[in-house]
Amino acid sequence: MNPALEGRTLPPIGPYLVGREKVREFARAVQSRSPLSIDADAASAAGYEGLLAPPTFAIVVQEAALQQLLAEPDTGIDFARVVHGDQRFGFVRPVVAGDELLAHLSVTSIKTLAGNSMVTAETAITDLDGELVVTAVSTLVVRAEQ
Amino acid sequence: MVAERTVHLTRDSLVRYAGASGDFNPIHYRDDVAAFVGLPGVLAHGMLTMGVAVQPVIDWLGGDSGRVLDYRTRFTRPVVVDPVEGAELEVTAKIGALDGERVRIDLTVVFGGQTVLGRAQVQVDLAP
Repeated sequence: MNPALEGRTLPPIGPYLVGREKVREFARAVQSRSPLSIDADAASAAGYEGLLAPPTFAIVVQEAALQQLLAEPDTGIDFARVVHGDQRFGFVRPVVAGDELLAHLSVTSIKTLAGNSMVTAETAITDLDGELVVTAVSTLVVRAEQ
Repeated sequence: MVAERTVHLTRDSLVRYAGASGDFNPIHYRDDVAAFVGLPGVLAHGMLTMGVAVQPVIDWLGGDSGRVLDYRTRFTRPVVVDPVEGAELEVTAKIGALDGERVRIDLTVVFGGQTVLGRAQVQVDLAP
């Protein structure tokens, strides 16, 4: 793990176009029963401009940014040794189908404890006008080699 | 008590979630890779556990997940998904705090007699 990663900011990633079928696919994968994530008429009747993405859908957009971070040549991270430590989403508004989103990722902290490294990354997910939609904060734990 | 739900995860659930989320870490579908890196078996994605755990709350909100203002958790224990039996999660959602129309709901997720999420909290807005 390269400690110099702390403070690194990636260039914005995207735009990610939130597709209707992707929202449905994700809703099924997390065993959602909400009609607002499946039925466009129900979402519209509830006042949304597109199918309502489940709250954790924001990870799909963040994931692309995290993959880019892990792929940086100098991270020293072995993907198979990465487990998720914690996760937070703070919403300004929900993500809906039709959104075009940009992910702005910064590495906010790197810590090492008993050979394990903890990387905390904060991703501001905005629309194309730069308006914040959701902030996603992840801590990844890179487990020590046995 | 807001809601309870039993969630059954299988290896199929993990493959489906990998495709839906784009997280193709092989520890979520390959026993050999999981064993090689010292894990007790193929694990559910933490984000899958987080994703299913909030669903009883969304049901309680009448399906309107747009009322969720904040959702956070720590991943404290792995969910090992047996290739034959899968894994059973018991999700319980309770009111943690009330502040006007803003409510904090605390989630408990138990797998094999132990909690797997720590401080799993959902802030929701109940304003009409």
